[in-house]
Amino acid sequence: MSIRILTLCLAMIVAVAGQVQAQQGPLRIEITEGVIEPLPFAVPSFQPESAEAGQLANDLARVVAQDLIGTGLFREIPASAFISTVSDFNAEVQYADWKAINAQALVTGAVNVSGNNLTVKFRLYDVFSGAELGDGLQFSGTTDGWRRMAHKVADAVYSRITGESGYFDSRVVYVSETGPKDARKKRLAIMDYDGANVQFLTDSSAIVLAPRFSPSGDRVLYTSYESGFPRIYVLDIGSVQRRVLESADGTMSFAPRFSPSGQTVVFSLTQGGNTDIYTMDINSGQSVRLTNTPSIETAPSFSPDGSKIVFESDRSGTQQLYVMPATGGEATRISFGQGRYGTPVWSPRGDLVAFTKQNAGRFHIGVMRLDGSEERLLTASFLDEGPTWAPNGRVIMFARETQGAGGSSTLYSVDISGRNLRPVPTPEGGSDPSWSPLQK
Amino acid sequence: MNRILTVPLLIATLGLAACTDPARFGADGTGAGAGSANALNGGIVPGSASDPTSPAYFQQTIGDRVLFAVDQSNLTPEGQITLDGQAQWLLSNPDYQAVIEGHADEQGTREYNVALGARRANAVREYMVSKGVPGSRMRVVSYGKERPIEICSEESCYAKNRRAVTVLAGGLTS
Repeated sequence: MSIRILTLCLAMIVAVAGQVQAQQGPLRIEITEGVIEPLPFAVPSFQPESAEAGQLANDLARVVAQDLIGTGLFREIPASAFISTVSDFNAEVQYADWKAINAQALVTGAVNVSGNNLTVKFRLYDVFSGAELGDGLQFSGTTDGWRRMAHKVADAVYSRITGESGYFDSRVVYVSETGPKDARKKRLAIMDYDGANVQFLTDSSAIVLAPRFSPSGDRVLYTSYESGFPRIYVLDIGSVQRRVLESADGTMSFAPRFSPSGQTVVFSLTQGGNTDIYTMDINSGQSVRLTNTPSIETAPSFSPDGSKIVFESDRSGTQQLYVMPATGGEATRISFGQGRYGTPVWSPRGDLVAFTKQNAGRFHIGVMRLDGSEERLLTASFLDEGPTWAPNGRVIMFARETQGAGGSSTLYSVDISGRNLRPVPTPEGGSDPSWSPLQK
Repeated sequence: MNRILTVPLLIATLGLAACTDPARFGADGTGAGAGSANALNGGIVPGSASDPTSPAYFQQTIGDRVLFAVDQSNLTPEGQITLDGQAQWLLSNPDYQAVIEGHADEQGTREYNVALGARRANAVREYMVSKGVPGSRMRVVSYGKERPIEICSEESCYAKNRRAVTVLAGGLTS
């Protein structure tokens, strides 16, 4: 018996396109569209190996479980069902006891706290095959960073079972919102991917829009009205120091994103009422105009290899998606469905673009291939907008604004099959999320 | 509320424009400024919406905003009449600068709406330039969908949010 392998949905989309190569053997789950049986797992409280470790041993196990449950791919067997207890991290696992409660995966851990130093060990067991899946791992750090260590454990578990890289040890920068629509206050905030550890990066004295992480996760580009006009700023997350990217008087600049190298910023600049796409070297300030049309060109996003840019334009009469070389030049339209398409974002895997679609009075978050094929709408509501990719390209976060005078904005995540739609908890309203790369 | 007020008061605006536009009447040597002052100064409160030299007059009597159709930035005939009044006022009150703010309703993505608001603000600016207001006195800014004045999610609110507002800056304060 081997642990059931979860095949994530995108792999299935590919498989469907080229005739499914069904995985052989009765013990592997194929996740087909609309059918998913979450994999049952157990995470007993981790073992405290020092007197001070008791609380963290419990908390770490809870965060690991929450990470796995939050994917929608796993289901936790509650501790009340356990037959065995795990009292020694190195003791032999009683597989029969875990098999009896149908826990297919078992995660055990041990925690040592010494002053501010924290060490976490874990093991992952494939209960039905009666063996460890991968080797035990140990992470060391400080007690302040205990949640990150839990996320690293969960990333390793997720990765071993799904064959995909994880995304739990990551952060999200977003716009935190309070107040009614006609007096909304906005400020930049950063948090862990699951909504923990929120910190505010700006005050709400000026409108701020659409923060975007640098490829190394240490800086954020965003648009602020603090000068009275929209301008692009780059903010160092560690020092919270910011500087404006200079632009000519009488212009407006917005919708920035980093290139994969982190050296170049692609953005929109409006002059004389016309909006086009430019790049700027972030150090020299030297800019290059990439589009030159009387239509609106905005929301540019680099391909992961840096060679292309996907953007939106209304040159055809309505907002549609286009791909052009990163140096400018001829653009190819890729969206042809009903309605309007905006805010394209290239997936970190390079295979898909996520977008916002407006059609028949509804908004959708969707994905399509870069040639425009295989469009899939993942959500539908009064106003869904602004997708951002998890570092593994399997999950998308976006903002949903509710209708009417009392409307407010909330962050949500959804996986790229359209399953597992769930709100991301934030202390205030949230919009314009940007997901960081996996932390080092 | 603004729309209701604007219609009857525009008559006064146009009257003023006709009296004070040197391009139209200067050649006749009618002494435009003095004429308008004589015609309108009887019993008005300085600085109020009935004082043609006041920002309040610009905002309320002429109307400080024009509205746009969905996803459009072309000026309506009604909007052009308002802007004729705004241009005249700016020409008659050269101490003032203006910032033209473009706005969109919430039906649209954030970046696109910033660009759409810029188109609207620029349409107003270009119209004013065509009426003789020096471009150097006007700046444009777009707020996209970030600053609605009406908050319902219906066309009655959206129609008022799709706007370009001319905000006066500088000038003598009284």
